[in-house]
Amino acid sequence: MSRQSNRTTDSKKMNAELFTLTYGALVTQLCKDYENDEEVNKQLDKMGYNIGVRLIEDFLARSSVGRCQDFRETADVIAKVAFKMYLGITPSVTNWSPAGDEFSLILESNPLVDFVELPDNHSSLVYSNLLCGVLRGALEMVQMAVEVKFSQDTLRGDNVTEIRMKFIKRMEENLPAGDEVHSRICVPC
Amino acid sequence: MAIFSVYVVNKAGGLIYQYDNYVPRAEAEKTFSYPLDLVLKIHDEKVVVSFGQRDGIRGTVSCQQVNVKAYKMYIVITGNMSWLELKCCIVYVLYLLLTLCTHTSINLVGHALLSINGVDVNGKFTADGKEIIEYLKDSTNYPVSIRFGRARLSSNEKLMLASMFHSLFAIGSQLSPEVGSSGIEMLETDMFKLHCFQTLTGIKFIVLADPRQSGIDALLRKIYEIYSDFALKNPFYSLEMPIRCELFDQNLKGALEIAEKAANFGPGS
Repeated sequence: MSRQSNRTTDSKKMNAELFTLTYGALVTQLCKDYENDEEVNKQLDKMGYNIGVRLIEDFLARSSVGRCQDFRETADVIAKVAFKMYLGITPSVTNWSPAGDEFSLILESNPLVDFVELPDNHSSLVYSNLLCGVLRGALEMVQMAVEVKFSQDTLRGDNVTEIRMKFIKRMEENLPAGDEVHSRICVPC
Repeated sequence: MAIFSVYVVNKAGGLIYQYDNYVPRAEAEKTFSYPLDLVLKIHDEKVVVSFGQRDGIRGTVSCQQVNVKAYKMYIVITGNMSWLELKCCIVYVLYLLLTLCTHTSINLVGHALLSINGVDVNGKFTADGKEIIEYLKDSTNYPVSIRFGRARLSSNEKLMLASMFHSLFAIGSQLSPEVGSSGIEMLETDMFKLHCFQTLTGIKFIVLADPRQSGIDALLRKIYEIYSDFALKNPFYSLEMPIRCELFDQNLKGALEIAEKAANFGPGS
């Protein structure tokens, strides 16, 4: 469907249930195709990654957030700006590790899993694994390598949904010019 | 007040999009009789006037030598140069950069042969495939009507200039006396201003505009939004590749029109 450029920051309201149904159709089709929960988790992560690398530009274009100075600032921006902008929820940032390189996002509600129950034969399926891929892909485009996984999931009987994010490293080689003090002059051939 | 062109450069320095909005052309079309009193020569696969100035058609001096030196200096840039050598390189390369915009007041650059008898030429051949220099030596082809003008930059030249700018942008932040400076944000000449905006992900949006044109910062942000919408949200567009999306073109043209009229980008535009 072609879009006219009359887009307000409020966005065209789309039925959230249509979104839930679409995601559900996606996951069930993947389950039928791959028949293996681990494989489905991997595919969801890959799809999320592809979404993340594109979504980050949209996020940066619309939110005018500058470069974050440290991982704590990144966590705040993800929870308070990004999740609010895209899913309409504001998770809380908790459980910081002593080194300050790991934290948890606690989601009270997850729009992807409205009306969903996991059957017993899919006990190791991480239903919302797409979100992990999105976060990983988006942060990689701003030169941060992270590891993202679900440590608690309401679909598997826990009280809350918890996403655990761990900082691996800063990707210096991809840093754009001007963002790093010691960058080398690049010479195109 | 005009916006001349828009360039989008990816993380690696490759040009992924280029649009010429307004190209001010100084052209002259004249009818000639045998023998032709201008001296023509081939330069860079184009036929240019090497000597002879009449009626607004300009000849060249040896600025081509300067261009060649600049190319060679550029290739020689390494990490271990003294500041003086580096600054000389930059001066040469900046001279080349001026050809990014086709509207320049350098009198040295010769006009190129654009069309014969109303038909656009193809490099050094006419549209039918005959060599132009041979064609014009034959008196039976006269009288002939030839149009001369400033040669348009070919897409290869634009690609090269864009990657050169990418390196200069990095050098800009290196030269800074203060720590943590950004790269080149604006390059100003008497005929145009080049504005550059680099996103956190390394994509550069470059706009060449009239020096008096205002609101280019807002335009650069708007182009970023249009890119994130119509290029990135198109699932068939691969990242870092040339942008070939109709909707992106259309919306970019719309944004340029709005910027030229000095209107503000409303929340829905």
